[in-house]
Amino acid sequence: MSEFSTEEMTLNMGPQHPSTHGVLRFIIRADGEVMREAIPDVGYLHRSIEKIAEKVGYHGFMPYTDRVDYVCAMFTNQGWGMACEKLAGIEVPKRGEYCRVIAAEFNRLASHLLSVGTMAMDIGANTPFTHALREREMINDLIEELCGARLTFNYMRIGGVAWDLPPGYREKALAYLEHLEPILDEYDSLISFNKIYVKRLANIGIISAEEAINFNLVGPNLRASGVKWDIRKDIPYSVYNDFEFEVPVGKGEWGTVGDSMDRYMVRMRELRESCKILRQALTKIPDGAVLAKVPRNFKPPAGECQIRIESGRGDMGWYAVSDGTGYPWRVHVRTGSFAAMGIINKLSRGLMIADLVTLIASLDVIAPEIDR
Amino acid sequence: MTPSEVYERVKSRFPAAVVETVDGAGDAFAVIDPTTIVDVFKFLHDDPETAMDCLSNESGVDYKDRIEVVYHLFSYKHRHGAVLKVKLPRENPSVATAETVWKSANWMEREIFDLLGVNFEGHSDMRRLLMPEDWPGYPLRKDFVEPLEYHGISTVRESPIIRLDAKKK
Repeated sequence: MSEFSTEEMTLNMGPQHPSTHGVLRFIIRADGEVMREAIPDVGYLHRSIEKIAEKVGYHGFMPYTDRVDYVCAMFTNQGWGMACEKLAGIEVPKRGEYCRVIAAEFNRLASHLLSVGTMAMDIGANTPFTHALREREMINDLIEELCGARLTFNYMRIGGVAWDLPPGYREKALAYLEHLEPILDEYDSLISFNKIYVKRLANIGIISAEEAINFNLVGPNLRASGVKWDIRKDIPYSVYNDFEFEVPVGKGEWGTVGDSMDRYMVRMRELRESCKILRQALTKIPDGAVLAKVPRNFKPPAGECQIRIESGRGDMGWYAVSDGTGYPWRVHVRTGSFAAMGIINKLSRGLMIADLVTLIASLDVIAPEIDR
Repeated sequence: MTPSEVYERVKSRFPAAVVETVDGAGDAFAVIDPTTIVDVFKFLHDDPETAMDCLSNESGVDYKDRIEVVYHLFSYKHRHGAVLKVKLPRENPSVATAETVWKSANWMEREIFDLLGVNFEGHSDMRRLLMPEDWPGYPLRKDFVEPLEYHGISTVRESPIIRLDAKKK
């Protein structure tokens, strides 16, 4: 082979690239089709949300949290709400917590559907994407009934949720779950066990369990590497203790534990677990108030706290510092996509350029969540 | 282990390293001497009793008279965590990188360098992460003033409400 001299190319991918899930840019050093390295360049969606928090006050920051991750905004709402509640020692009414769980789990379904749909599209299968978005639209309708918005919800408040479930919501939601579960089997037969699909994903971008923890990967990406860890189960918050559900982990059925296929399979299985949680929450929901009494001029005592919740992209950490005034001194969000982007450079070495696209999709990276 | 037990363990191993421990409102934390921070990290990471295998969060806070870097450690093995802090001067703040112990520190330290101007010694890739390379100042510092324009692009926008009011007059 030594008589063929090859030359390294530097390629630019993005920031406007159809398969980068937002505005992401990569500088790729490649030798032919094989990458030596892909250097991520982020910051195109930096809206300085953490700085805005210092200017708008505790209640006023809630709509901005939607924009941290607009694919699963319920979790960012809940994260901020929980951080403020922990600072001020507020207890959320039981029905409020149930409303939060119902809204959040519907949002997780929507987020995972988008993730698996776009993943199929990145590989070249266009039909599953339209099917996934069709189901996601119905969830958007259900969430719209709750809060009037389809993407940036602003549904939760410090101390609970803004509105109670509308009349007849339970029946509608249960009917939707009846409709969704057979469709998940349809996805399995359409894409999950499709030979081309499996070949593009299995044994690509393998992350070992130690590496995943060292790089602080969270959520489905961590579980795909075989670490059975879910904040909902292991550090329970809200009312997740009341529900029975499984935590799916990557088993390496199609290749090696921790490859792209495992990350996809974990998301597919989590869809079913979310349906389980929703069913229990909708039947168990107690009566009562949904919003605790919180002063309009909200001034938590000086102190600091960190809370962790399980968002669609995994463990999301909210770190808030209060100085006793009506404005937070500092807010920091540590998100799942941010951690996942940190490992892409390492994983990309030796991969084909076409596999970078599936790698980003399998890590479920959402650009606004990286930049905030 | 509770966080305070973790801090006691650090104290018994490195008596000089722990400046103070605070267990007031919110999460308890320990302030560590910046010169010994990497030794403390290595100890907490390798010690089987603590086994902090994950740096869950690293962030910086500007307190006007000092800058603090906050480390949220977590152990998946024992399911416990700890919060460590270092206090740095506002002029040329600098501390050793945690990247040698946890790889996840790489990006989080780049973000702190970018937004608060803390230099991490020994970091493998100390570049700005979110802001442009030639951006003046550090946006998350409390005394940061946004420049009115960047390369001829205005960073302020006339408020539509002010424009409507002007029309009425």
